[in-house]
This record gives sequence, C-alpha cells and structure tokens, in this order.
Amino acid sequence: MATRCQFENSSDIGVFSKLTNAYCLVAVGGSENFYSTFEAELADVIPVVKVSIAGTRVIGRMCVGNKNGLLLPNSVTDQELLHIRNCLPDGVVVQRVDERLSALGNCVTCNDYVSLIHTDLDRETEELIADVLNVEVFRQTIAGNILVGSYSVFSNRGGLVHPHTSIEDLDELSSLLQVPLVAGTVNRGSEVIGAGLVANDWTAFCGLDTTATELSVVESVFKLREAQPSAIVNELRASLIDTLA
Amino acid sequence: MMAHGAAAAAATDMFTPQHTAGRVLCCMCGISMPPNAANMCVACLRSQVDITEGLQKQVTLLFCTECGRYLQPPRTWIKAQLESKELLTFCIKRLKNLNKVRLVDAGFVWTEPHSKRLKVKLKIQKEVVNGAIMEQSYVVEYVVVDNMCDSCSRAAANPDQWVAVVQVRQKVDHKRTFFFLEQLILKHSAADQAINIKQMHDGVDFFYSNRSHALKLLDFLTNVVPIKSRHDKQLVSHDTKSNTYNYKFTFSVEICPVCRGDLVCLPQKVAAGLGNIGPLVLCIRVSNNLLLLDPHNLRSAYVDASQYRRLPYRPLLSSKQLVEYVVLDIEIESEVSAVGGNWALADAQVVRSSDFGKNDTIFTTKTHLGHLLHPGDYALGYDLYGANVNDLELDKYKGLVIPDVILVKKSYEEKRQKRRGRSRPWKLKNLPMEVDTTVAGGRQEEEKMAGDYEKFLEELEEDPELRSKIALYKDPTYRESSEIASMSDGEEPPSVPLEELLAELRLEEYSVKGSDDDDDMSVS
Repeated sequence: MATRCQFENSSDIGVFSKLTNAYCLVAVGGSENFYSTFEAELADVIPVVKVSIAGTRVIGRMCVGNKNGLLLPNSVTDQELLHIRNCLPDGVVVQRVDERLSALGNCVTCNDYVSLIHTDLDRETEELIADVLNVEVFRQTIAGNILVGSYSVFSNRGGLVHPHTSIEDLDELSSLLQVPLVAGTVNRGSEVIGAGLVANDWTAFCGLDTTATELSVVESVFKLREAQPSAIVNELRASLIDTLA
Repeated sequence: MMAHGAAAAAATDMFTPQHTAGRVLCCMCGISMPPNAANMCVACLRSQVDITEGLQKQVTLLFCTECGRYLQPPRTWIKAQLESKELLTFCIKRLKNLNKVRLVDAGFVWTEPHSKRLKVKLKIQKEVVNGAIMEQSYVVEYVVVDNMCDSCSRAAANPDQWVAVVQVRQKVDHKRTFFFLEQLILKHSAADQAINIKQMHDGVDFFYSNRSHALKLLDFLTNVVPIKSRHDKQLVSHDTKSNTYNYKFTFSVEICPVCRGDLVCLPQKVAAGLGNIGPLVLCIRVSNNLLLLDPHNLRSAYVDASQYRRLPYRPLLSSKQLVEYVVLDIEIESEVSAVGGNWALADAQVVRSSDFGKNDTIFTTKTHLGHLLHPGDYALGYDLYGANVNDLELDKYKGLVIPDVILVKKSYEEKRQKRRGRSRPWKLKNLPMEVDTTVAGGRQEEEKMAGDYEKFLEELEEDPELRSKIALYKDPTYRESSEIASMSDGEEPPSVPLEELLAELRLEEYSVKGSDDDDDMSVS
C-alpha cells in the first residue's frame, strides 16, 4: 500500500528519504513523525536509517542506490559514510562517487536491474554505477528533461514518469527498463515525481498533497495492492520450487 | 510510423522522432486528459481557483443627465454613447485590480437604455498553479447614478457665471486687427479656458470663470500687440467672519490705434526721441511694438508699448483712405536692408488711377517700394495732396514740406479682379464668438465686416511674414478649376504656397460639424 506522509510541512518526501528493497534512508528531522511513518511500514523488513549527507537533509537528491549498493556524492563526510556503512546490511556496497554532478538522486534513477542516468554524467561514474549497483545503464531523458531522477520513479514492478512524456518515449523507456510505465503526477498535479514519491517493490510513500486518484495510479502501476514482502517471498519460493522440481 | 520516419528523413535528411502526446489522469477527478501545466482538468481547475476573485463585479458610475457625460475620477467628465467603444474603454478603466489579470475580450451585454445599468462581459486570463493559464469570462454590472457635473450645476444655479472679463478694444474703423488677433489666439490656444467670447462694438470680450485665466490672456496680449490695460474689481459678496471676498474682475485692454500701413505724424517730442525721424512715418509692422519707417530716407524705428503709452498719437491717415496710383516711372536710388525688411529708396512718378487718362496731374515722390514697383504697376498710397488732414501734431510743425503722395504698398487689385468670387485653397479657423445683439449693426455692418475680412485675407496672401505667425489650413472642399491654370498670363496675384498650409485634424463627425458652425459664426 502507498502511504501519504509529510516531512516538516513539505510534501516533497522524495527529497528527504531514499527507499530501496534492502534499506531505507530518512533525513534527520525536527520531529520523529516522518521517521516513524517509515518505521511503522518497514521496520520489521528492512533497516530504516536516519542519515545526513554532507550535513544536509536532502539525502534523497544526493544519493542513489538499490538493493545491491549505495552511491554517495563526493561531498559526504567520512563520518557519515561510516555511519551509513555500519547501518546498512552487509550485502550492500556503499561507495563514494567522484562526480561533478553531485546531486546523484536527480541525475540517476534505478531499480535493481537497470538504471537511467543523466546524459552528461562521466564515463567513470557510469561504470561505477554499473559495478556497484549491478545494473545496466542507459543514458536517457524523460520528456525532454535530463534530470531523469527528478522526473521518474520506478521499481522492479512498475514506474511513474513525467506527465508530458509522449507515448513513443513511454514505449521506449519501458522496453529499456522492462517494467510497465505510466505518465502521471503526484502531490496534486506536481510533475516532479522523484520529489513526491519513493517506492520499492512492495510499498510506496507519497507526499501528503497526493490525491486519491494519484494514489490509486501509484498503487496500480507499482502493483502495491497484492504486493507484500511475504507475497514476494511466497512467489520466489514458488518459482524456486518450480525450477528445483 | 516507419513510413512516416522515412518520409521525414527524405524531406530533411534527418531523423525526427514522432511525438504523440500521451494522456494522464486528472489529479483531482481521475478523468483522462492531455497533460497541462497544472495537471488538472479544466473543470477541477475551475472548482479549485476563481481567477475573478478580488475583481469588481459591480461598479457605480456617475452620470450627468444635463450634459450626458460620465465622471472619470477625479474630475474629468467624458462624453460617450451607449455601447460605444469610448464607453467600453471608460468602463474597463474604472475597474480596479484588472492589471493583475490579462484582459482578452470585452463587450457590452445589452441592457435597456433607461435601466440605469450597463453590463460588460469580460474575458480574462490569469496564471494559476505551476504556470497554467486559465481563461474565464464574467459580467460586471455598472450602476449609473445621476449626478450633475460641476459646470452644469453652476450653470443651472447661475447662468451668468463669469468671474473675470477681458475687454479688448481698438478704436479704429476696421476689424482687421481683431481678425489677426483671433488667429494668433487660435494658434497659441490662448483663449481655451474662456467660458464665453463675445463680439462687442470696437472689440471683443473674453469671459473667464477664473481670474488667473484672464491674466493669462492679458499676458498673451501684452506679448503680441501694443496695449494699454487697466483692471478693476467689483465686490460681489463678502463674508467678514471667514474673511473671504468675492469679486468680479474686469480687465480693460486697449490696443494701440496705429495699424499696419497707417500714416502717422509723430509728435515733435517723439520724433526727436527717435533721432528726428519723420515726422511723417509709415507703420510697417505691429507686434508688441510698432515699426515705423520714414519712406523718404528709409530710416526706421521701433516704438514699444510703454513708449507709445507715454506719448500717444493717432494715425493721420489709415488704410481706408488709401488711393490707387499708376506708376509711370521709377528710379532706384539705394537699397537698404534693415531689421524690418528690404526696401529700396526710389524716385517715383505716379498718377492717380482716377486721373489716368483724364488729366496730366503727375506726382513725383520718394518711396521705399523701389524694389517692388515697376512702371505700369499699380500702387496704393495716401493722397496728401488731395487729403484734408486735420491733425494737431501736423500743424505744430512749421515749414514742414508735406509730400503729395506717400506710397504704402503695391496693389494687386487689377489682377485680383479676375479671380474675385473664387474660393481660396486655404482657410482659417475661427473662435466661437457670440455676437453682441444689443449693438444693432444691421446689414451694412455685416457687409463692412465681410469686406474687412476679405482685406485681411488678401493681406495674408501678400505678406509671408504675417502668415508665419498664424496657422493656415488646407480647405478640403477646394477644387482647382482648369480655367485658372490656363489663364495664367503674366504675373499672378500673390497667393499662399501649398506647402505652408496645415492639414486640419479631423477625428469625428461632430468635430467637422463644429468647425462648420464656427465658420458661420464669424462671417455673420
């Protein structure tokens, strides 16, 4: 299910949090409300970690990651890096990236298998993304916007992109990503999807302004209604048994 | 799509991907719609924001029923027909906060003319969320409230409204000075604030609602003609408690009786003061001073209004007494170019036209018109030989040799004869003057005035310098007939070059009608 929440009166929760299938990072806020919303949903499945990156709270825009790894900008302090490394599960590779475009969250977006990146990103960074996150990398734009991380959010099951994306772009992107995509909005008509929404394979969080219509779009495209962590396990188990049998 | 791509590539040698706009769900109601800046369908957007918020929906207009004008605050009253463009502009200007939105369209919604309501339908655009521009139309109702305007209420209370009057007078037997003054006033808009202009015997009265306006005209007159003025005030009412006094002011202005082309015999003192000029001198030009010229030696002198006022003199002979002469012979002595213009001193032999062919009375005289006159020309001059002058100043000069003739100007009478009755290609504007009916002039007076006006127009044609001070307008009704062109034999009478004329500003039907009315007034 998708949950609506707010970070200190701001609906741009994607700016202040990072959600993957293996961990969840949230910004250190004045109150515990934001953190506890995530905690309530995720605590028994994945670690929810309060972090700051380079002393800022806009962590969702600064880093990029999936279940395999987490990339942090050059400006992250050693202490922060250490803290994140300590808190994340052992399988997750935490790596600092020496990239001029330091708002990695805006420039890169990924699920566990594929990633879209900003067209001007360095080749080394591209290689690093492919290695650390263990994904296929595509340089892309979304509806003419180069900030792919800001205008799209996708998980392994589906994705939401900028509302102005043409049908041809949508086809191309979904064939690249191998997940169904839908053009849509969050936060009552906001086209900055990345800022208003964080999602993984079984849950999503939206800004408080998100309307019921938008929420239902999010739930259907990310297939959250039937999705529960246990459902995935059951599904996996079923397919494993299938293959082993 | 492939075929399309191929066609595009063939056309531009470049691959241009096709873009089909997708559809998204309206964030409020979930209806499928093309994405826009607010990502909300129009119905939802309209329910969310009202762009007419804060704009006036009802406005009160003040309307003067007497003169049919609307009040444009703070003080202007404008005339506008119902459903006219002007009224629409006025109505829209009355709306506050309209600068915060973009006005796209406006028009009247029909209302009963006597309903005291005007309805204007406005279509406005305004940027709403995320730069989405929304368009909406709404109706503003104007309530027309009757309110007498200042001038109407004053006129209704007391029609005789003037506070100051400027009485301009000139004690001469023609009206040419006033015709010229009228043109000067028109050109400089000096009498715009006059509430009434009345033609009186020997002059014109200008009525004003304000003393300072009268003073302004007085100032203007001081600058253009030599005048003597005095002012008086009459106490109308007063309030001792608040120490306010209510006066009526009268400015009496007398224009110097010496006109252009008049012959003056200077008093001895004046002549001595001007370096023993004259004493018989011609007045060549009148502005705020007089330019006097002695035609016998081309000496000239300026006399300003204050000098004249100290020792005034009247013309010995004036343009009414001009006699036509035929020039028999002319012999130029010297040419002088002075401040007043170019003259050539010459000896002239002239005969009165009336004597021509009847007797052999030939006069020999000196004239300043040597450069203009040729044998056979006609000239106008004062016949001192035949005149019975009765002037005290002239009698004081003992042993003064009075010339028989003093020529004043070249005469084009003969040439004008041909085109008498034909219209001119130019015309003058007129002040809206009210004729004083108490002084019954009758038919004779009217004819005399028309004659004076014709003289004035001829003078304008002869003198480009005079023309330069006033504004002449093209007469749109004038059509040049072909016979004039074919009849051009020899010298033409002087006329106004077309390039000197101004095109009149014409805006609406009524302004043309107004100017026509003016013409009627002045001729009568």
